Amino acid sequence: MAVSDYEPVIGLEVHAQLLTKSKLFCPCATSFGGEPNTQVCPTCLGLPGALPALNRAAVEMAVKAGKALGCEVQERSVWSRKNYFYPDSPKGYQISQYELPICKGGFVPVLEHDGSVREVALERIHLEEDAGKSVHADDGSEVDLNRSSVPLIEIVGKPDLRSADEASEYLKSLRLVLLYLGINDGNLEEGSFRCDANVSIRKRGAEKLGTRVELKNINSFRFIRQAIDLEIARQAQLLDAGSPVRMETRLFDHEKNETRAMRSKEEANDYRYFPEPDLPPLQLTAAFVQGVRVPPLPHERYAALLAAGVSQADARTIVNDVRLVALHAKVTAIAGAESGKRVAHLIVGDVLRLINDGRLDLESPKFTPDQIIEVFKLQDAGAISSTAAREVLAEVLASGAPPAQVVQDKGLAQVSDTSALEAVVDAILARSPGEVDKYRAGKKSLLGFFVGAAMKELKGKGNPGLLNALMRKRLGD
Amino acid sequence: MALLPLGALAEALEGRSVSAQEALAACLARIGELDGKLHAFLRLTGDSARAAAAASDERRAQGRPLSPLDGVPVALKDIFCQEGVETTAGSRILQGYVPPYDATVVARLKSAGAVLIGKLNMDEFAMGSSTENSAFGPTKNPWDPTRTPGGSSGGSAAAVAARLVPGALGTDTGGSIRQPAALCGCVGLKPTYGRVSRYGVIAFASSLDQVGPMAQDVKGVAHLLSAIAGQDARDQTSSARPLDDYASALEAKVSGLTLGVPKEFFGAGLDPEVEAAVRAGIALLEKQGVKLREISLPHAPYAIAAYYVVATAEASSNLARFDGVRFGHRAKTGTLLQMYEQTRAEGFGDEVKRRIMLGTYVLSAGYYDAYYLRAQKVRALIKDDFARAFEEVDAIVSPTTPTAAFPLGEKSADPLAMYLDDVYTVPANLAGLPGISVPCGFTKGGLPAGLQLVGRPFGEATLLSLARAHERQTDWHARLPALG
Amino acid sequence: MAIDAKVVRHVARLARLALTAAEEERFAAQLSSVLGYIAQLEQVDVSRVSPLSFAGDAAAAGAESTLRADEVLPGLPREEALRAAPAHDARAFLVPRIIE
Ligand SMILES: [Mg+2]
Ligand SMILES: [Zn+2]
Repeated sequence: MAVSDYEPVIGLEVHAQLLTKSKLFCPCATSFGGEPNTQVCPTCLGLPGALPALNRAAVEMAVKAGKALGCEVQERSVWSRKNYFYPDSPKGYQISQYELPICKGGFVPVLEHDGSVREVALERIHLEEDAGKSVHADDGSEVDLNRSSVPLIEIVGKPDLRSADEASEYLKSLRLVLLYLGINDGNLEEGSFRCDANVSIRKRGAEKLGTRVELKNINSFRFIRQAIDLEIARQAQLLDAGSPVRMETRLFDHEKNETRAMRSKEEANDYRYFPEPDLPPLQLTAAFVQGVRVPPLPHERYAALLAAGVSQADARTIVNDVRLVALHAKVTAIAGAESGKRVAHLIVGDVLRLINDGRLDLESPKFTPDQIIEVFKLQDAGAISSTAAREVLAEVLASGAPPAQVVQDKGLAQVSDTSALEAVVDAILARSPGEVDKYRAGKKSLLGFFVGAAMKELKGKGNPGLLNALMRKRLGD
Repeated sequence: MALLPLGALAEALEGRSVSAQEALAACLARIGELDGKLHAFLRLTGDSARAAAAASDERRAQGRPLSPLDGVPVALKDIFCQEGVETTAGSRILQGYVPPYDATVVARLKSAGAVLIGKLNMDEFAMGSSTENSAFGPTKNPWDPTRTPGGSSGGSAAAVAARLVPGALGTDTGGSIRQPAALCGCVGLKPTYGRVSRYGVIAFASSLDQVGPMAQDVKGVAHLLSAIAGQDARDQTSSARPLDDYASALEAKVSGLTLGVPKEFFGAGLDPEVEAAVRAGIALLEKQGVKLREISLPHAPYAIAAYYVVATAEASSNLARFDGVRFGHRAKTGTLLQMYEQTRAEGFGDEVKRRIMLGTYVLSAGYYDAYYLRAQKVRALIKDDFARAFEEVDAIVSPTTPTAAFPLGEKSADPLAMYLDDVYTVPANLAGLPGISVPCGFTKGGLPAGLQLVGRPFGEATLLSLARAHERQTDWHARLPALG
Repeated sequence: MAIDAKVVRHVARLARLALTAAEEERFAAQLSSVLGYIAQLEQVDVSRVSPLSFAGDAAAAGAESTLRADEVLPGLPREEALRAAPAHDARAFLVPRIIE
């Protein structure tokens, strides 16, 4: 049979590191990239006698994720121990949530290409601690426990995905939501957003699920599609040959473009979960849950941009980048909703161009939203031309210099002073009596000649609208 | 002067009739003289103790003592992490291990001015009732060195009863403070679960373990409890409830209180001489105006069975960190799997291995519901029994142990027989309740018997009032073992 | 309720304990005896009971858990963290090669 005769059934489990300052169960720093074993204490080293002490911010972030993703947030959840021996698991167990997780149900809203929203159902979200890191060499392995007990949420999706593309879209949407919530940095390469995929296939139309294989070590969006497609093909080949698919954990190797069974997982695991006796059940109040605020999500921002008259393409560009959407929100919050389209225009135009040119870094911007609004006002008041406004904005965005200063330094001020313009108009008309007569005799096309001459006199800084009006008035229109 | 019980020594220090340095010197001298026979101590911290005693005398001279405990020598069961001091939990796997931090109770004793003099023997990882499971050899009972002091805090009880030190800390998971206190003839209190921080206490069974004081007199226990109790941000199972004034509880009247006498605790297996001593103690309380009422704790007979499921399940997980990677013993072998298996085979004693395997078994796939879950349900029933009883009574009185101290080696070949020695103490651990054991007499053979009082959650003050009322009318606590 | 050496071997592997054949036999007998005693729990009617895994008063129903504020405190210097390790290279803990 062809691969297309099988229907893949895919469920993703995402481990997302929460952006807390300290670890889930101890006050050690969570920052990435420290020297090995320099962010450790008795608790995250699993020293005898040390106990976990739960971090409030991690709980708030998990609740935030749960509320944003439409989960039922549980006021009472229970910690469990997942027991296994491994050198990067210092206590011999991971503190996680098993029977009673902090969030149940929910869905990830996936913004489809046509602008509709597809909801992909979630099983649950639970809090747990990360393990340390081991580096393997031929003669032994090094264990670094800096990451030990760093807070994670595990977002368990239902097996509702039917292709590698769907899986990839789901993952991108989920990542974006977490970025919007400010609880995860979305970094796949550094492992702060990790994905395991459960993949099985069945004959199209079949009811019964096939044997599921867990894929690990997928650390880019490109690889997620690659790994799942490889696995689907491998399973299809097995079934075609009449061999069963083994329930196992496989590691994706992007260099060899293959998945292979993990030897350490060959022995069936028995994690012996039981309630963690070192932590009381996590008890939240309704006020705690209500107090956690959730900002608008990507699909909501998208809808709002369309409503403000922004094109679909521009809206998508903006919502897909959390920095752009934040900038849009900040500026329109001050300038008013009616500026939405204009701000969107600025963002997809000049802002993106400056970012691409390496002249603007929205992580550490030099400008303030107020400065953008100041430029808008200068333009609206006729103090600068629209061309000049673009030039001023580019400079302000890149350097953060005060807009008025930029206008002055670059000599971009537009002459909108009526008496000054009248003086020029009168001088031009006085210099060209013949053309004036012809105009008055009906050759209206000469208006451009007069305005052009005046603009030349004004070195291009005359307010064109005003100049036009004055010229016509003097010519007796 | 080393023979003064803790409460009296604290008064003497306050009155400056004794200095901390004198008290310490007397303890160290007595330890030097007698501990060879008892083996209560695993190690002494004489140098730091001398410095602490000198600092304490300095504070007293300036009229700025830190607490009633300032200058009082105290010893620690070797289960408490003490920065810079070897801490083994009685196990070969931790031999030579020096923790880089203080347990909360250790830090609190230090800031109360107590003079920490050394670490006391115990059953390995607090698993045992005789201190014979120590990897470093057993402790002997001061009243009869051919007998065990009980356990697992046997070193603590023996040291206090022999007046090697006026006070000690122990831990109690199924009776490990109260049972050795009874068998050695001293006072031992297991507080309510959550009353004292467990941070830095090497865990046996986290939902049952509780730190508590041991001393020769009730006042000493009250002083120690005041110093160590209270919420700790590093132990989120510790209670936020404010502390009672334990010292003033000692003077409180007990007339009008009602004591429950559970029929299940006076049945088969109870030694008649122990029973007689306990009944005599109860009669003394009755004389003080305490009312008695027979009660029933119908599920208490299942406590040991439930306990050995719950405690071993938690222990199997708590002891997984002893893997030879970050601290402690590591076997010299090849692969990672061999390293784990061999390290733990070499490092743990038989009783610890048995409990790890039992705990692993009851949590393993297919057995969880039948054992672990069922045991936790029985535990809930036991707690409910107590709650119902406490609607009618203020405390529950019983023997602490069914027999007086048993001979060394008698039960070591039969784990189950050893487990059953905790039959009266285990229910309070399962229910998280406070319990105290006080000396209430002697057998004809000259072995101490203990009377146990179990209180409502956070009812430590009531227990201390009752214990003190009993103590006032006896001199059991003042008897001294004849130690050659 | 009796368990044999084979079960003991399985459990010992889960618990990472190397046992000799003689130990397997001995532990099988001892654990069988303890499990026989524990079997009395089957006599208790627990059909309407919820399990109790936490006996303390922290997190009583309705009260909010006491949680730690998200503040970083210095941990152990690396030298301290590694000091008690049976094998380390001054950067990390060393173990026999891990196979994935
Ligand atoms: Mg997980
Ligand atoms: Zn830490």
